Amino acid sequence: MSNRTIIPFGPQHPVLPEPIHLDLVMEDETVVEAIPRIGWVHRGLEKLVEKKDFLEMTYVAERICGICSFIHGLTYCHGIEQIMNIEVPIRAHYLRTLWSEFSRIHSHLLWLGLVADAFGFESLFMHSWRIREKVLDIIEATTGGRVIFGSAKVGGTRRDIDNDMLKRILIQVTEIDKEMKEISQTFLNDFSVQQRLKDVGILSKADANMLGAVGPMLRASGVNQDMRKLNYAAYGQINWEPVIAQEGDCYARVQVRVGELFQASDIIRQVIEKIPEGPVDVKVTGMPQGEFFARTEQPRGEVIYYLKGNGTKNLERMRVRTPTFANIPAITKVLPGIQLADVPMMLLTIDPCISCTER
Amino acid sequence: MIEEQKTIEISPSDLVVKVRDMFVEQYRLVQIGATKLPDRIEINYSFDKNYQFINFRLILMDDKVEIPSVSGVYWNALFYENEIHDLFGLNIKGIVLDFKGTFYETKEKFAFASCPPKVEPIVRVKEKGKLNEQ
Amino acid sequence: MTYLAKSPWIIHYDATSCNGCDIEVLACLTPMYDVERFGVINTGNPKHADIFLITGSVNEQNIKVVENIYNQMPNPKVVVAIGICATSGGIFRECYNVLGGVDKVIPVDVYVPGCAARPEAIIDGVVKAIGVLEQKHTQMKKGAAVS
Repeated sequence: MSNRTIIPFGPQHPVLPEPIHLDLVMEDETVVEAIPRIGWVHRGLEKLVEKKDFLEMTYVAERICGICSFIHGLTYCHGIEQIMNIEVPIRAHYLRTLWSEFSRIHSHLLWLGLVADAFGFESLFMHSWRIREKVLDIIEATTGGRVIFGSAKVGGTRRDIDNDMLKRILIQVTEIDKEMKEISQTFLNDFSVQQRLKDVGILSKADANMLGAVGPMLRASGVNQDMRKLNYAAYGQINWEPVIAQEGDCYARVQVRVGELFQASDIIRQVIEKIPEGPVDVKVTGMPQGEFFARTEQPRGEVIYYLKGNGTKNLERMRVRTPTFANIPAITKVLPGIQLADVPMMLLTIDPCISCTER
Repeated sequence: MIEEQKTIEISPSDLVVKVRDMFVEQYRLVQIGATKLPDRIEINYSFDKNYQFINFRLILMDDKVEIPSVSGVYWNALFYENEIHDLFGLNIKGIVLDFKGTFYETKEKFAFASCPPKVEPIVRVKEKGKLNEQ
Repeated sequence: MTYLAKSPWIIHYDATSCNGCDIEVLACLTPMYDVERFGVINTGNPKHADIFLITGSVNEQNIKVVENIYNQMPNPKVVVAIGICATSGGIFRECYNVLGGVDKVIPVDVYVPGCAARPEAIIDGVVKAIGVLEQKHTQMKKGAAVS
């Protein structure tokens, strides 16, 4: 029998942009067991509801995570609107959908870049991030911010996009689409990429469901589930189907995310085509009383906001369960049996967002 | 309301049995989260299957009550249960991988165990032509 | 400007940042801003680094990590706090687990405010840090000559 060693992985590690720690129990080069530890980014922002009122909390929600920032704000507002029975104008719903999909493209391009870096394909990383900058330019032109949008608001959106701008976006999206096609060819068809991704870290359909995995991780294992089907914002008026893959390995996860890039640009096109004229926000009066579990689909998967108000300006509880928290159990079950060299890439395939996880 | 969200109240003694039923019916464990209210603690166990959202609610009158762990049924529950233990100081028995309070190392232990002092909403009453705050 | 003969190498650590500043730090390295063309490299090893970029405020658990990385860096070294959270705690300063700015734990030389700090601002901060690095370098040389 070979010797067992424990390799500490993180919190500061070249492949990790964010701190997470894994104790990897190794037998030679193979992982036998992985024990995760978190807490380096824990701020305790759920407790801020006692100090800030429910309208100010929108900005805190947006700063839970800088990558899916807008959808965090959107989910929070969606929850409050459901509690307070606020009718949001249709144009605001469409704008929210538009910005959600732009943040999905930018997040997926960011992730594709990081995963390319993890398997050592530096130029692919650079190309993904080059295209991502073009998406950020559109976001900056429409919201004023590159990563923190500050555009969500209880009762609508804080900004409108005029029709000239929408037309320009349409042209730019077509250009971005063309460039995304180019890099997706390499991600999906390149021989050396496939060598690193195929048959690594397989998560079966049953496991994915029972371990509570969400988002692309779940859909790559053949489960058809996407919270956008709950028809929040304007998703009910748009034709789209969740992207799924069957194999459940790293390659399938790349496939799902590449698929979602083009799905997102398709949704953006439909939004620009169908967006009605009208106001973008309504006045909010009163205080939230009641509770609601707001569920939406982030680039990383399903996010849950549990909001409970008692009729005062401060909420009683805000509880956020983010997609990465739900994906950590799945990753700890998949890690045993793979090679040490594949650990960084495996860890990246859940698209870890630790600041989300620990809040 | 955009979707129906069913909440069922249960007692600690049937928790594990009820959760096992959900496991058998292939529901996905969405989250476990606790809420500290002035007079009680609520723990929500949320499940989902085909976008159907079901929520079990455990209501505890004090924080000394021993709660059985459901991590023997849903393995991923251990992360939620360790979190509840570290932040609320609740006593959860039999977690399959118990971090024993080291899951989150916080400056303030059990930060969520206390509830903010209840602020009475300010009612403005107009009295004899001037504005009084009660 | 500076007359250091060699490009500085950078180490980045995310304390309790929301990721916003982190990805902007990474964005500095990618084709749009591309500081690598000046030889600035983001290294993962504190022992190779001259400039320590830190995003987000400090919390109870990561004090040790931040101190550890700082202590492992060879002299002269410069610390740049990126984003408003690293500067003062920002929107999260009232959270129970946030101690405040990075300067509570290690000495900070350059502050780059912003939420999130823009890549241009980050590059400016690093250029400023090179100036500080050079000062520290001359001081160290003088000190060595005296002793």
